[in-house]
Amino acid sequence: MARTVIPLLILQSFLLAIAFGSNEVEEEFSESLLLKPLPDRKVLAHFHFENRAPPSNSHGRHHHLFPKAISQLVQKFRVKEMELSFTQGRWNHEHWGGSDTLSSMNAKPVGVELWAVFDVPRSEVDTSWKNLTHALSGLFCASINFLESSTSYAAPTWGFGRSSDKLRYGSLPREAVCTENLTPWLKLLPCRDKDGISALMNRPSVYRGFYHSQRLHLSMVDSGMLLEQSLTVVLQPDTVYDGKDLQPSWSLSSLFGRKVVGKCVLAKSSNVYLQMEGLAHPEAHTLLKNEEFELSIKPDRTLRETSSVLFIFDIDKSSDSEPFDLSLTWKLPSKWSCQQAPLHASRFLMGSGNERGAIAILLKATESQDKLSGKDITNGGHCRVKANVFQIFPWYVKVYYHTLQIFVDQQQNTSSEVLKKINVSPSADKMSSGMMEMMLELPCEVKSVAISIEYDKGFLHIDEYPPDANQGFDIPSALISFPDHHASLDFKEELSTLPLLSKFKDKSLVRSYTEVLLVPLTTPDFSMPYNVITITCTVFALYFGSLLNALRRRIGEEERFLKSKGKKTGGLKQLLSRFTAKIRGRPVESPSSEPTAAAQSSVLSSKLLFKIILVAGVAAAWQYFSTDK
Amino acid sequence: MATENRDKEEEEVKTDDGSPKIKPRPIVQLGIFLISHSPVFSVVFSAAGVMALLLLPLLAKNTYISENALMPGSARSMLSHRDVSDGSKLVNDIKSFRLNHEGQGVEVQRLIGNYMLEMGAEVSYQKFQPEGNHFHPLHFFSGPASYTNLGNVSCAAYGVNVAGIIRAPRGDGKESIVLVTPYDFLNGGDYEALSLGIASSLFSLLARVTWLSKDIIWLVADSRYGDYRPVAAWLTEYHTPSFEVSDLSKCDELNPSDSFRRAGTVAAALVVKVDGRSERFEDTLSIYAEASNGQMPNLDLINVVNYLAVHRQGFYVKVEKVVSLLSSSWLKTVGEIFEAVGKVARSLNPDWKFGIPAADYLEGSATLASSLYSQALGIPTGPHGAFRDYQVDAITLKVSPRFPPDSKGRQHEFCLRGAQLLEGTIRSVNNLLEKFHQSFFLYLLTSPGKFISVGVYMIAFALLVAPLPMVAASLYIDGCTTQNPAENLKSWKWLDAAKQVFALHLLGFIVTLLPYLICQVPGEQSPTNRSIIWATTSSSLLLITFVTVPGCSPFSSRLHGTNWAVLKSVTISAAFIGLCLMSIINFATAEIGALLLVPMCLMVRPIRPDLRSRRVKSLVRALCSMVLVTIGFPVMFFAISKGLIGEGLVGLGLGGEFWTWLESLWAWKSATYLYIGMVHLPCWLLCLCILFHPS
Repeated sequence: MARTVIPLLILQSFLLAIAFGSNEVEEEFSESLLLKPLPDRKVLAHFHFENRAPPSNSHGRHHHLFPKAISQLVQKFRVKEMELSFTQGRWNHEHWGGSDTLSSMNAKPVGVELWAVFDVPRSEVDTSWKNLTHALSGLFCASINFLESSTSYAAPTWGFGRSSDKLRYGSLPREAVCTENLTPWLKLLPCRDKDGISALMNRPSVYRGFYHSQRLHLSMVDSGMLLEQSLTVVLQPDTVYDGKDLQPSWSLSSLFGRKVVGKCVLAKSSNVYLQMEGLAHPEAHTLLKNEEFELSIKPDRTLRETSSVLFIFDIDKSSDSEPFDLSLTWKLPSKWSCQQAPLHASRFLMGSGNERGAIAILLKATESQDKLSGKDITNGGHCRVKANVFQIFPWYVKVYYHTLQIFVDQQQNTSSEVLKKINVSPSADKMSSGMMEMMLELPCEVKSVAISIEYDKGFLHIDEYPPDANQGFDIPSALISFPDHHASLDFKEELSTLPLLSKFKDKSLVRSYTEVLLVPLTTPDFSMPYNVITITCTVFALYFGSLLNALRRRIGEEERFLKSKGKKTGGLKQLLSRFTAKIRGRPVESPSSEPTAAAQSSVLSSKLLFKIILVAGVAAAWQYFSTDK
Repeated sequence: MATENRDKEEEEVKTDDGSPKIKPRPIVQLGIFLISHSPVFSVVFSAAGVMALLLLPLLAKNTYISENALMPGSARSMLSHRDVSDGSKLVNDIKSFRLNHEGQGVEVQRLIGNYMLEMGAEVSYQKFQPEGNHFHPLHFFSGPASYTNLGNVSCAAYGVNVAGIIRAPRGDGKESIVLVTPYDFLNGGDYEALSLGIASSLFSLLARVTWLSKDIIWLVADSRYGDYRPVAAWLTEYHTPSFEVSDLSKCDELNPSDSFRRAGTVAAALVVKVDGRSERFEDTLSIYAEASNGQMPNLDLINVVNYLAVHRQGFYVKVEKVVSLLSSSWLKTVGEIFEAVGKVARSLNPDWKFGIPAADYLEGSATLASSLYSQALGIPTGPHGAFRDYQVDAITLKVSPRFPPDSKGRQHEFCLRGAQLLEGTIRSVNNLLEKFHQSFFLYLLTSPGKFISVGVYMIAFALLVAPLPMVAASLYIDGCTTQNPAENLKSWKWLDAAKQVFALHLLGFIVTLLPYLICQVPGEQSPTNRSIIWATTSSSLLLITFVTVPGCSPFSSRLHGTNWAVLKSVTISAAFIGLCLMSIINFATAEIGALLLVPMCLMVRPIRPDLRSRRVKSLVRALCSMVLVTIGFPVMFFAISKGLIGEGLVGLGLGGEFWTWLESLWAWKSATYLYIGMVHLPCWLLCLCILFHPS
């Protein structure tokens, strides 16, 4: 395998060299992998690929490294910035961190999330969005095209953390994420998953993880286009429980079942980072071996940050004969906790029944809040925490915004005290989804905040139900962001050559997504219309028939008519009656002879009885003979 | 409406007697035929209704798993002996802890919570208060409201639930399955602790597995105040929490950071209890499914448990039955007759297989009777009833081991099998991508593996109530034609009778609401006193009604009094409407109610002319209606059914007992209470009026 790839790569790099010769600004690709042991005995692996292209006019329509499909998207739909993420599993904010860059960038809601900013006139934004969803849907083998419908996306103004009126946001919580979404994503990489760090992406091990989120972030910067692709996986190393409280030891090959055999030759830089948090003696860990843990490969550089240590490995040196297989062996039990967001958010549904309910968002203070709150002292000495809540309501959840209640520390609060800003766009039935943006300003010592809002459940049209029986309908995740809190790693060194770290050094907004909610809606029994139609038709036929009869028939008239007719019976009829009488062998009944009513009714009833018995007998006989065979 | 139409058309026919050619249409003919022969048909239909009820055990079908996605038992159990020994260790720890530490506290809860934490679950503790019976007339049919009784919160008496949540590793957290083990932390026995062992074994397995798609919640309910209350309290907190500061948080033994945790919409719930020693050779599993107002969980849930218990774990599965019926000789005779008929039928055609052995028939009808009774009572048969209020399918599994609680080896094996059963059930429910919807919700069980669906058991009820409109119509015609032929406005004759019927129904409504006022009477009252107050107020109200509303009283003069036939006709119509409405709300109540009400309404006649005539036939008829009306009195029926069970009660004790029974009905928001007060009691009063009618 590798043998066939290498000549190809040489050829490619040769071509590249020609390209570099002809252009001053070059396209750049870099790959990196960050590994981080997590406090709950799991390991986080964060693959990061960065692809830069100079402004498109310098190359015409052609690119050497930058995926053409993406650049065409940019050209066609005038995308200014875009992020698409596919996620499976839930990010555990308590154990995996809530306020560091990694978690605030990569903790995504379940399913697909897409947002994009367009560089088109405001009237054309929706059209561009719809076209973009279809293009991405084809590109990534996903049903992103469902975001086209105006009931599934929203236009956040400020609650999303980016103020732009050309921003559109949508998410599909039900989308199942699998390898068919990963393959097209890998195709955008110059080396795919054949070489370099991406070769580690063994599908079974990636999808066995507790969480995986593949992300694609596209942005237009001064130097052209910047495409960041990242895959975040949380894996559980296979260990035998040894009775001691040791963190599990792992190596790349045990985590992924593969090893790195050299970098992607097209990559400008190719690094593996190992981030260790909560070490007992951070200063002593420049050494390869210490009493707490042991690394199999000597790091090329070691960086210190306020709370963690970063080991940097260059994988240039690895080869087929000497693969890069980093391993970490713990020697002493160690425990640490991750940085938490100032407030931990959870969301749940309240109420029961198919009629109405309420959505509640519960914000709980975390332990790390005291530490962070030092930053937020504003004028007057009042320490405040700001939190933005951004939430989309599908139209079938008809939210009553006036029922918004905010409880701070279990006491109902008049909204104006903590609610600084609110922006609401109500939903329209089957037309558009509702959206709510809230800015809360809470005192730092707050322990818990509860926000509740009531809703009615809507009725769906028959063709809006999924074809099969369903468990309910989803309300997409709400986004809680903390505008005053920024996550960044605080390195002293200059790191412009290492793209992932320079990214981590930038300040990013601390944000967390809440759970997806499941609303059970009234599901009609779809065979019911048939029953209802049958029954109502029968009832109507009976009712209207007898009503019309009663209204229209004039019994007196009919009687007279019959009597007069009886006197003037035609010759043919008399002949007929005589004929039938002859057959029956009875004397001819004169039509005027009137038997008494009682006799008539008894004859009728006996006849009727006879008929009923006859029919029953025939039915029984038929049943008998048909079942016998 | 229909009967009226028929009447009119019949009248038309009668007026047009002169012309032979005008034949009424067949449907009208049929109607006339039925009405004119209503005595015969009412006897035939009522007998057929009772017969159909007796036939039901024969018509029961075998249960089958309707939803394919459930796939019970298709996966191999992953439960290991290590999990079970973990569970046993918890049981032993609790036992030894309780031996060493006498007293209150939440230490046992903490112990369980720590076990859950070690397994990797999220743990939360919840405090709740025992709640007294609140009767509020508006709370019938309302949802599980969170009526918080602020104020008299005493820190002395409260319970603490422990709940552990395992998050599904790759799940989206939208749904969850709840496993409840009630345990009395103060004086729970050894058997009860075994249920913790089973659940804990299962929990330690589920914390490891990767196939979970729904979160698992294990709730250890503090059952010192009954099984139902802690589960209901937990569900209230889960679904309708109060964000206001609660008084309970002040009396603190737990640190407040243990916040309540949730995990999505509850898909299904299983309540596991271990109680007592099995009487049989095998371990016994009893399934309880009836929730409030006769609501049942989806049959598929019972099917899965039954399938796994019988075919995988070898439990003896049973559902509740009326034991006294098993020894009743008349039922045995009926069973033998059916068996003989079945044999004859089979000899005629080998494909006709409707006969079942008499013993099976006896078992089936005892189970059916219990099923009918529990549904009719409208009181949930276990903690699973609390889940039904939130539209969650839930059942209670009571497991009785065949060994004494102190045998260690057996205990391990028992826990293994119990946990495997639960694992299989949870795995099946976990497979489900939709709500339980495929199988039946309206059914009666005749054995764990046999059921009668709504389409079959409706027949018995339909046959029972079918004579009512017929008899009503024929009586109306009689009442209109026989007396006062000079009167012109004969079609409005029913109005007087309707007034009387309405007045008595209104009285019934007021009598139904009286207990609410009686409960407001200050001071501790014994049930007997309360029942006396109730009886006196009700009877004085009845007298007031008789005095104020003209023509109401059976003792009023003949001029004022309405024609008894018309009165009976309207009474029967009202009973018919009431029964039909009740059959929609709670079928079993309507069925049992129809068994009492229909013969009484059909038989009752003024007693005086019968006594005066002194013929044997009339006397027998009078006696019959007397007996039926006596039995029809709710208190009397209650006493008789108590007597049948074996608790003879006479005098005032009966009143107290009856009051307590009714109190339990309204405390559980049972619609049966409303039925008794608003349908049965007025109809009984009207029958009494007819019985003593001065005609």
